[in-house]
Amino acid sequence: MFDAPKFAETKVTNNDIKIAARKVQVYYGDTHAIKDVDVDILDKTVTAFIGPSGCGKSTFLRCINRMNDTIDICRVMGDILIDGEDIYDKKVDPVQLRAKVGMVFQKPNPFPKSIYDNVAYGPRIHGLARTKADLDEIVEKSLRRAALWNEAKDRLDQPGTGLSGGQQQRLCIARAVATSPEVLLMDEPCSALDPIATAQVEELIDELRQEFSVVIVTHSMQQAARVSQKTAFFHLGHLVEFGDTGQIFTNPKDERTESYITGRIG
Amino acid sequence: MSTGYITLIVLGLCGLGFFLGRARALATSRATGKKLHSLPNYYGQAVALFTAVPALLLMLAWLFLQPLMIEGRIGGMIPDSVIPEGGAKSLVMADVRRIADGLDALMVAGHMSESDLDAMRADFTDVRNRLGNVGVALGSDVPVPVFEAAKELRKSQNSGRFLMTIAVLGLAGALLVWSWVRVHPDQRARNASETFVLSLLIGASLVAILTTFGIVASLLFETINFFKMYPAADFFFSTVWNPQFRGGSDLGILPLLWGTLYVSFLALLVAVPLGLMIAIYLAEYASKPLRAIAKPAIEVLAGIPTIVYGLFALITVGPFLRDYIASPLGLGTSSSSVLTAGLVMGIMLIPFVSSLSDDIINAVPQSMRDGSYGLGATKSETIKQVILPAALPGVVGAILLAASRAIGETMIVVMGAGAAAKLGLNPFEAMTTITVKIVSQLTGDTEFASPETLVAFALGLTLFVFTLGLNVIALVIVRKYREQYE
Ligand SMILES: Nc1ncnc2c1ncn2[C@@H]1O[C@H](COP(=O)(O)OP(=O)(O)OP(=O)(O)O)[C@@H](O)[C@H]1O
Ligand SMILES: [Mg+2]
Repeated sequence: MFDAPKFAETKVTNNDIKIAARKVQVYYGDTHAIKDVDVDILDKTVTAFIGPSGCGKSTFLRCINRMNDTIDICRVMGDILIDGEDIYDKKVDPVQLRAKVGMVFQKPNPFPKSIYDNVAYGPRIHGLARTKADLDEIVEKSLRRAALWNEAKDRLDQPGTGLSGGQQQRLCIARAVATSPEVLLMDEPCSALDPIATAQVEELIDELRQEFSVVIVTHSMQQAARVSQKTAFFHLGHLVEFGDTGQIFTNPKDERTESYITGRIG
Repeated sequence: MSTGYITLIVLGLCGLGFFLGRARALATSRATGKKLHSLPNYYGQAVALFTAVPALLLMLAWLFLQPLMIEGRIGGMIPDSVIPEGGAKSLVMADVRRIADGLDALMVAGHMSESDLDAMRADFTDVRNRLGNVGVALGSDVPVPVFEAAKELRKSQNSGRFLMTIAVLGLAGALLVWSWVRVHPDQRARNASETFVLSLLIGASLVAILTTFGIVASLLFETINFFKMYPAADFFFSTVWNPQFRGGSDLGILPLLWGTLYVSFLALLVAVPLGLMIAIYLAEYASKPLRAIAKPAIEVLAGIPTIVYGLFALITVGPFLRDYIASPLGLGTSSSSVLTAGLVMGIMLIPFVSSLSDDIINAVPQSMRDGSYGLGATKSETIKQVILPAALPGVVGAILLAASRAIGETMIVVMGAGAAAKLGLNPFEAMTTITVKIVSQLTGDTEFASPETLVAFALGLTLFVFTLGLNVIALVIVRKYREQYE
């Protein structure tokens, strides 16, 4: 099932903790979706979240930029610190936080606007570009990084919703990258992509690692092994195991992790 | 047999057909060992539909055509000599019909038999008296040809009805047998019912479209009559509206059109911003329980009869505007004013805009909002840049609906803005609209065939074309600017 993967640079280049989560609990109404999760996500590192469907990967990811605030029935408890600052503190403005912690959603959700306006959306609301030329440059750079430029450069004024599913996914990545976040949360960014685009997105993730910290949810073990330095395995709302990617895949401590990566659960 | 009984029998046959068809489908499937193409009920349904639908359609057509054909023939039997001076043939025909009905009543009451009737002659019997006994009062004695026509009418009607009964029941029975015999495991009964549903839906749409055509046609007919009596150029370009009872009226549409547009514009100026803001608040900010109370409470506004709004305009808003704004500023002394009608109508229209827009905003998928919040946008940025553009076509539709209501509104205008046709800019002056004048021209005492009355149809048609144009323009705008989400 699991053939010898090519591990990404396993050596973690940086040991600064970017995000620290302590005793995080999430409830949807009465459903206890995340139970007692402690995790430290390092700066300039790619962290992969893996685990069977419904185990709470997306839910935990959404806690990190407080997207769960938009769900009425969702309650988050515990502490999540970014750069030592509690993001659930009253003083923190979730809007500011989300500009800093960007997100690519599980389902592509381009705005019903032109491709250009989709990418320019974030830079515009945060005033990142002074001139039209600046904005053009940001848009082009972001689309290039998301491996969409070649396909989109001749149709920038056409609606983003007219793209194919995989192109929409990359458009959403470009949109998130355009605001230059410090942390990028990616929820299965390659689920609708062909191998070539996947490789390009993985390249992008590796590139982003130079400046940002990236958290990626994936169902592909190979992908987790290829792009991440740290891996967290979730199961039924628990964080079962968290450690260096190489160690998780070659020498898991928990037998649930082992069963999952060898294909016995999930 | 009466149509009611025939319908009942056909429906009975239809029910019978259902069970027979179903049973036969099951039986043949069992006998031949073949699997049924469709569920057994579909076979029953197919037989039932074949039994009922053509027969009922035939009956409808018959009921519609028979009177036309019979009356055409009977009409030919009436000589001009019996048509009274200055009267019309249609009046005599009405008499014929009443006498025929009276004769039926006599039969039912048992005063007369079929052979008595054959022997009865208007010049020997006192028909008027005898009909009077069964409650059919006639104005004068019955001339012989009229009476003969009535007898003939009765006879044709009866034989027509008899033929219809046979034809309809025969058709139902024959199709029942035919479709029953056709039941076979391979028969695509499910598809038959699909076709039936399709034609039902097409039929329903046709009714709506044909009605529109009918309305336009009837308006067009009278409008053409109007333009034969009154020059079209004067109607469209004259700035004076001054109908006279004795002819020589000025019937220029411009003051009315201006009044209509002015009042509607003011009403929309009130309703659209308020309604949109209410919709945004309800859809994006209000909590669920609050929304559950506030939305129906606002919709109550749409349920208030317009005459009540009219009263409100007449006794509250009008005097208020006059006493506190218009008079002190020296802008007018009339309590009916364009502004009064516009304000009150605007309030009436709020729920049209707010309720529909709220539904439309709610229908914008949550993932759009998530996408925007995820990029660090605030709520109002999200609304302005993502939600409203995505909801635009629907919102424009809601505004259009409100605009059509405003243009067609009559009561509030009569009571709020008055009935004086005027071209002016001062919103504190009385003005009036096209719909108000349609009512007053049609309810006047003038003869129907005069331009003063017929102008109502020309006004109506203009209004219709106008709103149609408005819809087309809005459609084009929406198509151009729409941001479609999947
Ligand atoms: N909006 C919501 N309302 C109620 N329950 C929810 C909601 N979103 C998620 N859940 C529940 O929380 C649990 C975790 O869901 P989550 O979406 O985080 O899973 P996941 O690990 O991302 O799964 P997948 O790999 O299929 O995306 C599930 O049991 C799910 O039913
Ligand atoms: Mg998920």
